[in-house]
Amino acid sequence: MTLETPSIRTILPEGRRGETAPEARAGAGATTSAGAAAPAAHAPGAVEPRLVTRDFNLWYGTHQALKQVSLEVPDHSVTAIIGPSGCGKSTLLRSFNRMNDLIPGVRVRGSVRVSGLEVYAPSTDVVELRRRIGMVFQRPNPFPKSIFDNVAFGLRLLGLGNRTELEARVEDSLRHAALWDEVRDRLGKSALALSGGQQQRLCIARALAVEPEVLLMDEPASALDPTATARIEELVLDLKERYTIVMVTHNMQQAARVSDRTAFMLVGELIELGETRQLFTRPRQKLTEDYITGRFG
Amino acid sequence: MGTPWPARPPGRARRWAFADGAYRGLLTAFALFVFVIAALIVYESARGSGLSVRTFGWSFLTSTEWDPVAGRFGALPYLYGTLVSSGLAMLLSVPLGLGAAVFLAELAPRRVGDAVAFVVELLASIPSIVYGIWGLFVLAPFLRTALEPWLIRHLGFLPLFEGFPFGIGMLNAGIVLAVMVLPTIVSLSREILLSTPRTLREAALALGSTRSEAIGVVLDAARPGILGAVILGLGRALGETMAVTMVIGNASRISASLLAPGATMASVIANEFTEATGDLYLSALIEIALVLFVLTLLVNAVARLLVHWAAGGRRDVAGTA
Amino acid sequence: MSPAQPSAPQRLQPRGPSWNRRAWNAGVLSACWLAAATVVLPLALIVWHLLAKGLPAMNLAFFLHMPKPVGEPGGGMANAIVGTLILVALGAAIAVPIGVGAGVWLSEYGRGRFASMVRYTADVLAGVPSIVVGVVAYGLVVVPMGRFSALAGGVALGILMLPTIVRSTEEVVRLVPRSYREAALALGAPRWRTIQQVVIPAASAGIVTATVLALARAAGETAPLLFTALGNRFWSLQLDQPMASLPVFIFDYARAPYEDWNRQAWTGALVLIMLVTLLSAVLRITLRRLPGRS
Repeated sequence: MTLETPSIRTILPEGRRGETAPEARAGAGATTSAGAAAPAAHAPGAVEPRLVTRDFNLWYGTHQALKQVSLEVPDHSVTAIIGPSGCGKSTLLRSFNRMNDLIPGVRVRGSVRVSGLEVYAPSTDVVELRRRIGMVFQRPNPFPKSIFDNVAFGLRLLGLGNRTELEARVEDSLRHAALWDEVRDRLGKSALALSGGQQQRLCIARALAVEPEVLLMDEPASALDPTATARIEELVLDLKERYTIVMVTHNMQQAARVSDRTAFMLVGELIELGETRQLFTRPRQKLTEDYITGRFG
Repeated sequence: MGTPWPARPPGRARRWAFADGAYRGLLTAFALFVFVIAALIVYESARGSGLSVRTFGWSFLTSTEWDPVAGRFGALPYLYGTLVSSGLAMLLSVPLGLGAAVFLAELAPRRVGDAVAFVVELLASIPSIVYGIWGLFVLAPFLRTALEPWLIRHLGFLPLFEGFPFGIGMLNAGIVLAVMVLPTIVSLSREILLSTPRTLREAALALGSTRSEAIGVVLDAARPGILGAVILGLGRALGETMAVTMVIGNASRISASLLAPGATMASVIANEFTEATGDLYLSALIEIALVLFVLTLLVNAVARLLVHWAAGGRRDVAGTA
Repeated sequence: MSPAQPSAPQRLQPRGPSWNRRAWNAGVLSACWLAAATVVLPLALIVWHLLAKGLPAMNLAFFLHMPKPVGEPGGGMANAIVGTLILVALGAAIAVPIGVGAGVWLSEYGRGRFASMVRYTADVLAGVPSIVVGVVAYGLVVVPMGRFSALAGGVALGILMLPTIVRSTEEVVRLVPRSYREAALALGAPRWRTIQQVVIPAASAGIVTATVLALARAAGETAPLLFTALGNRFWSLQLDQPMASLPVFIFDYARAPYEDWNRQAWTGALVLIMLVTLLSAVLRITLRRLPGRS
């Protein structure tokens, strides 16, 4: 998967790239991201991380749900976002593909860049943005259609009508989601007949089919039993080879098992972001330590 | 095992058991009464139409002759009028109603959607006689002077729009019926759309659907329920009496043109029942009522079957919310 | 088959939704807009015309006076207004006890085949065209009595109200929390007292609302009255005689070739609407405030 997709420039005018400068903000407290440098650190020509947010704020009406969040997600890695419920981790995840747009009264300030392109630029095509960023939801949400039609859904949107190619890509996606062997002889059956874990893997296959650059997972295993959870976790480790994954989880063990980097959030702020091992063994922030040792949350 | 519980005094136990049984019996009798009424409807319409059924047999449904003087009765023009006016109404109201329901459920801000839906629901409680007055005094002049002349001028080559602009007739009846069933279709479909799981919409959008493509997914999931709403509306249109009687023109003939006057089963009963002289005439009218009853029964049964069949295997969808 | 290669070289349509998809999207969304506007338009027109044509002739006399003979202007529909109230009361006298009883039975005892048959029958009854109910009431009451009567009209309206009352009562009673029943039974109350003194009172607001909605709807019915209560141009409170009703009056006046009568038909329609719509509007609003009702 190439980093630079030339065509993406057609979505955003050249002048918009990197236009949203981070606001100058001296010593604004806890928002320190370990190892995260200012965007200026990326010298011209250097490769920018796949996903970058800079001083990102989000309000639901008057309630500020995200405060000055700055983080970076490098390519081909799994980043876990942890934190107590209501800390804004799902909100942050849904900011990356602008799913929050669906909620009335949402305002944002700051910058989110995916593949070097500004997500909140006025000229951004949200439909294309979401096509390039896959999302897997907390509860499996297959469409009430056949297994095949679920996976083919996004492909058909893109105008792929050729049956042979469609079948090839559906099979590919199902293989990547480690579901192919279980469903190969019942592709025409309703997706709702699958078990919860299978449904969730089907949703992953559905997202993979349109070849997203980033895969967002919002507590993908929270509605599943331990066996199904283990399979999803294995799958995430496999998918890392090809995709950039950001995963929200309320389960710290899960974050420790599958992620390369972990971000800890608390009441809308990013407290700490670092290598998973380091964050769990030698947290830099007192708050992080308190959380991972179970003192609150 | 210790002292046993003291039994209730035997007299009281018996009295209580009796009271419980009597109460339950009374309620059961009320429930039975629902059956009795349904049975009475069937019995009365069957008994009343007996003479006509014996006299005309099946030809009652295929004959177009309605001649009270000669004592020959055929219901085909009315059957035709009922089906055509209701069909026209569905043709107009289903696309409009679905579009409006989608707008109210998916596109409009929640508060606007609620407000409009509230008004639409209120309109469902307007008596049909009021729609009839409006069709007669407002819609008919408009059709006579504006829409129908235009149709004749531009589409007059079609048999559908042949003839004179009367204002009242099949077209008027179809439009009034469409307006009358719209509240049913809009508010039921909106409720069904709102009750489909939000996650379906989000999944579609997250895959890069446009808004209308995401709505397509939701509509697909809501199809059985919407089908039910539409057929419920059809059932209403078929049996609707007063508004149609006032605007359809009441002519017992079959005409290909939508501009020509016609009559429906319900309207002919309303018009002629009190004037029916002779047992056969009355019996023929009651047989029309019986046919109408059976027709609406069939439509409702089909609606149930369709919904049941379409909902099969989809129940889990409805459950996730 | 080995896992496919990352398919970077054969990227899927990289430029965002095609022109077709955009155009289709815009078309569908504006069609929905348009549909909503088109739906609201005739309904708004009806309300507007009702007010514009009905209000001018509305005065106290309309409510207090009797209809004038043909040719004489003025007069009112006092007998029709009272007649409608009497007919609806008659219908309610028949339908409310049976309907509420059957509804409570369905909720509290209604399990198994018999119950689902009752439910199904009630639904079927709700779909019976009102004109058919009129024909049946004619055969049941008018023919044996030998004349049109208020009683026959009441029977017809009662049959029409029944299914709504049955099904909504069941729904409302079912919403009474289980814990109420358990609390009463745990106190040693027999089942019938639990239902009668705890469950029904807890659901009473909902039952009343459902009943009034059914009455409001019946008040606007015309078709079943045409050949049962018939109509009456004179003052009559006798139940075994024909009785005037607002809807039938409107029907007759609208079809009459006199302009003054047509005007009064509009006023009558407005009064009828006020009776029916205001009632259900007020109820719907209180309904939303009621706890335990979705």
